[in-house]
Amino acid sequence: MPDDRSLASFVKKAFARRESTLILLLFVLLVPISVRSPQFLSMKNISTILNDMAILSIVAIGEFYVILSGGIDLSVGSIIAFSGMACGMVNESHPELSPALLLLLGIAIGVAMGLVNGLLVAYGKIPPIITTLGTVNIYRGMTFLLSKGTWVTAHEMSPSYIALPRTTFIGISILLWIAFFVIALCYYFSRFTRTGREIYAIGGNPTAAKFVGVNENRVRVVVFLVSGALCGLAGALWTARYASAVNEMATGFEMQAVAACVLGGVNFSGGAGGIIGVVLGTLFLGVVTNALPVIYLSVFWQTFVQGLIILLALALNTLSDQHKNKKLLAQRRG
Amino acid sequence: MPDALLEVHNLTKIFPGIRALDDVHLTLRSGEVHALIGENGAGKSTLVKVLTGVYIPTSGTLTFEGKDISFRNAIDAQAAGIVAIHQEASMFPELTVTENIFMGHHLRNPRTKTLDWKAMTEQTRQLLGRMQLDIDPDTLVKNLSVAKRHMVEITKALSLDAKLVIMDEPTSALTGREVEDLFRIVRSLKEQGKAILFISHKFDEIFTICDYYTVFRDGQYIGEGKVADSNEDTIINMMIGRSIDQLYPEHQMQKGKEVLRVEKLCQLGAFKDISFTLHEGEVLGLFGLVGAGRSEVVRTIFGIDKASGGTMSLLGEPFSPKGAKESMKRGIALVPEDRQKQGLVLKMSLTKNISLPVLKQLSYKGLVTRAGKEQAYVQDHGSQMEIKAAGYHVDAETLSGGNQQKVVLAKWIGTSPKILILDEPTKGIDVATKAAVHQFVCDMAQKGVAVILISSELPEVLGMADRILVMHEGCQTAILDARKATAESVMKAAIATTVMEDTHA
Amino acid sequence: MEGQRDLVAKGRLINEMSLKNRLIEFFTKWEVLLVIIFIGVFVFFTLRTPYFLDWFNLMNASFQFSEKAIMALPMIFIIMCGDIDISIASIIALCAYVVGSAAQGGASIPSLIFLSLLVGTLAGLFNGLMITSLDMPAIAVTLATQSIFRGISIGLLGDQARTTFPEGFGFFGQEFIKGTIIPFEFVLYLVLMLVFAFILHKTTYGRRLYAIGNSAEAARFSGVNVKLTRVINFTVTGFFCGLTAVLLASRILSVRSNIATGWDLEIITLVVLGGVAITGGRGTVFGVFLGSLLVGYLKFGMGLLKFSGTLMTIVIGSLLISAVLLPRLLDLYKANRKLRLQAQR
Repeated sequence: MPDDRSLASFVKKAFARRESTLILLLFVLLVPISVRSPQFLSMKNISTILNDMAILSIVAIGEFYVILSGGIDLSVGSIIAFSGMACGMVNESHPELSPALLLLLGIAIGVAMGLVNGLLVAYGKIPPIITTLGTVNIYRGMTFLLSKGTWVTAHEMSPSYIALPRTTFIGISILLWIAFFVIALCYYFSRFTRTGREIYAIGGNPTAAKFVGVNENRVRVVVFLVSGALCGLAGALWTARYASAVNEMATGFEMQAVAACVLGGVNFSGGAGGIIGVVLGTLFLGVVTNALPVIYLSVFWQTFVQGLIILLALALNTLSDQHKNKKLLAQRRG
Repeated sequence: MPDALLEVHNLTKIFPGIRALDDVHLTLRSGEVHALIGENGAGKSTLVKVLTGVYIPTSGTLTFEGKDISFRNAIDAQAAGIVAIHQEASMFPELTVTENIFMGHHLRNPRTKTLDWKAMTEQTRQLLGRMQLDIDPDTLVKNLSVAKRHMVEITKALSLDAKLVIMDEPTSALTGREVEDLFRIVRSLKEQGKAILFISHKFDEIFTICDYYTVFRDGQYIGEGKVADSNEDTIINMMIGRSIDQLYPEHQMQKGKEVLRVEKLCQLGAFKDISFTLHEGEVLGLFGLVGAGRSEVVRTIFGIDKASGGTMSLLGEPFSPKGAKESMKRGIALVPEDRQKQGLVLKMSLTKNISLPVLKQLSYKGLVTRAGKEQAYVQDHGSQMEIKAAGYHVDAETLSGGNQQKVVLAKWIGTSPKILILDEPTKGIDVATKAAVHQFVCDMAQKGVAVILISSELPEVLGMADRILVMHEGCQTAILDARKATAESVMKAAIATTVMEDTHA
Repeated sequence: MEGQRDLVAKGRLINEMSLKNRLIEFFTKWEVLLVIIFIGVFVFFTLRTPYFLDWFNLMNASFQFSEKAIMALPMIFIIMCGDIDISIASIIALCAYVVGSAAQGGASIPSLIFLSLLVGTLAGLFNGLMITSLDMPAIAVTLATQSIFRGISIGLLGDQARTTFPEGFGFFGQEFIKGTIIPFEFVLYLVLMLVFAFILHKTTYGRRLYAIGNSAEAARFSGVNVKLTRVINFTVTGFFCGLTAVLLASRILSVRSNIATGWDLEIITLVVLGGVAITGGRGTVFGVFLGSLLVGYLKFGMGLLKFSGTLMTIVIGSLLISAVLLPRLLDLYKANRKLRLQAQR
């Protein structure tokens, strides 16, 4: 058995992965930007970028699981809104409750909403796009009903809650710690638990998955449950971070989550992609967004640039696939 | 004779309109390699599906290890120790070899309850080593060649502690050395006391590796016996049940002018240097083992795939189609290999399927469909093929395989092709329809249509073709005159690695 | 035709079905269900408020949904082929920006219309070419272009609004057919609806759409140019985005960068509610027509009953899910019956 562990083959394998390409691109981006504006790479700015992206990274991981299983979750923004509004309101009426409890509340709410999505998809056999197309409206409507049209403003929230994401521990904000923790937990889930691997199976080849005994329904429910939980957590954090809970919060946020996944190399047909890639994709989006003012592009162009990046990422996907296919074919014969 | 592991008695499986299995018997023993022989449509794959729990028998019994048993689903069968080697169906292309083998029964670290990748990779390495396979467990399956994927499938079966291993045409995508590897594995499985059901139509393999055989024909049990006590002729007789002449109608070839000339046609990764000419009224058989590249060649002629080199000319004019539409305009029709995915739109009615290629002609100014004209056209061509269905409005998916093929043929004769290409037209259909298809091909040739007939069945290609072009691994190895060719000479060409000397163009 | 006994149509011989079964077959047809729900909705609201069943009010209500209903029409083609376009609202925004800016620059009405249609068509063409050449699922590409198109509008417009329009521009979105109470927009919709129905059900193009949606591969093998058809679908959709932008701008006489936000999901809802399978290959224009009107008048009625906008979104969301869930439950019920009947034999 030849030992394929030489450095050369390791490097070659590493570069075949999307994650490496992203890291490379990130560096390529950062160089000209930091030349233009040295403060970009300052601790303060990096910290801003990371904090801005923390919530998105949490949500993007949830979206990643859904896309991995072959579906899509469009209700993400609405779950964040409902959870965020609920936490805000509870905080307003019961300021004595510790913020940690509010986070748990957010997760619990997210789990319930994700469960509904999951049950509809798995047992109602409704395609995920349609289910979440329906629930994005229903959940948003519920948010309005819950708040009775009012908002929760900074004055009405307890200082401990607002301070939660900002408090630092060894120089890193709690928000970032939570994000790191979530990423680590999800990485562990994806890599070291059976269910985590089964998500790859049902996305990659549902028929084969059935053949080897994977319980497709159970896995689908879990996937939406996790996505819901993460969105619920994100909602609780969102309200605290922006010190407000409004009915329109996080509208359209699902698209950013999906964008992060696409950048991270997640395949829409399911079965391919990794958490690291998604996190890097989020980071990439964050850097680009933050870099706009540096290159004198008004913030108003942010949306356009994001779209362009995703399109380029897709083109990159296709080109690299075509290239790989050509190589494989040439290896075979002819 | 070792003890019986699995016995099938009086097994019948009926689908609407067709009796796939009719009162069949089969006895599989541990430590024995048992060949299941039969033509296409004899019921072999149906039996496999029953054994693996995919189909539930209509009647009959299954006895496993002495006990009557019935499988509710595929998982039951697997739990009992029955594993079938499929082609692509069971692989996860984006995952590693290790994971493909362990999906569904990952190993866990007993202390931490997490997945133990180290142990799984190590076990995979050992399994692959036992089979002397040079594959890195961390490779993604999508980066493996078809042959290697096959090997991984087999390795998977081993990891599942199978008692009965079913192999359905396992060497179809393998080359010489890989076939030997496979045989080595089969022998070691035998020594381990496993029962092996080996489905193949290749007699040389059957006589090399199998101990026992059972023959099916038209869904019925015909006979069985020890391989050592038998020979090819007796088995072929059992398979076909009638002399070859009856199945393949005579036709007088009246070779007309040249309609197609192909020179050094290549497609990267699929085939290279294919050269031949085709004449009006002749039937050119295209023979080769599965994976030889024949379908790719005809798809390129039809314009679905692109050539990477070489030239084609149609009636003297250069021809490089950019799509099926262009080929159709120039008079080529292709009856594709995959009837259900390529030949028909299953969820559309027969009418809509049959009229699909010629919609423009059946419509007013090429746009507006004319129901009356369409109906008349469909009735005309449908009745020519004698399709058995409750009406032309039914969805194509409700028809049996043979009738579906008739619909595909009806669809294409309406385009009045000058060149008719048929890719495995009799695969998976009953013998009566088979004969009808063969008669149809002869009629077409009689009318002056040039026919290319791809087939993996020696008797079919010998009986139907005027000339036989043989391919192997993407290369053209011979063009033989069918009247002078024998089964041996054709098979020799089909496994040859170089172009054979004695070819008659 | 041989063997009447041999083969069955859709699982059972039609002329052997009992009256009961035939009725079940009929009433579980999607379009029939929609008609029933439609009538139910009308009855419900008529009973609850006298303002509902009033011709003038009903016609007026059509202003609120005509534009989306028009957009649902080209979307039928896209979804029928198994694609999806989530950038339509953004193309509308882009075209609206062009209209608003050109109007402010003093352009004439015909040139406004022309510009809008042109920009929309080009945007749609861009979508189509990207999707077929990148060989990526439409959802991924239109996700990107959604941001690109609206992004251009946001970038150029910022948070400003364009509110200057030439005299008479308001006709398209606000006026009625001379002498009647029927809005121009609604009539335009009805005409377009009939055109699309004709194309889908009576032309070779429509036939090809069904084929592609059910089996793109088989369609390709039958000589259908799948790539070209898809590009045409997206281009036509872009054209209609341009048209809708004119109507919308004409109706509200104001263009902001957030115009038509959320419309893409709403329009997809209309199409799916109308019975078009999200994976393609099934559905009718009549069904989508019913679905559009159903949602439109449902919202109108709820508005009359002072339902909050949010309650409306909940109702619409639930309607979509029930619309898909119900047939599945029915299918399960029917399959169960079949098994039980078979077991009895």
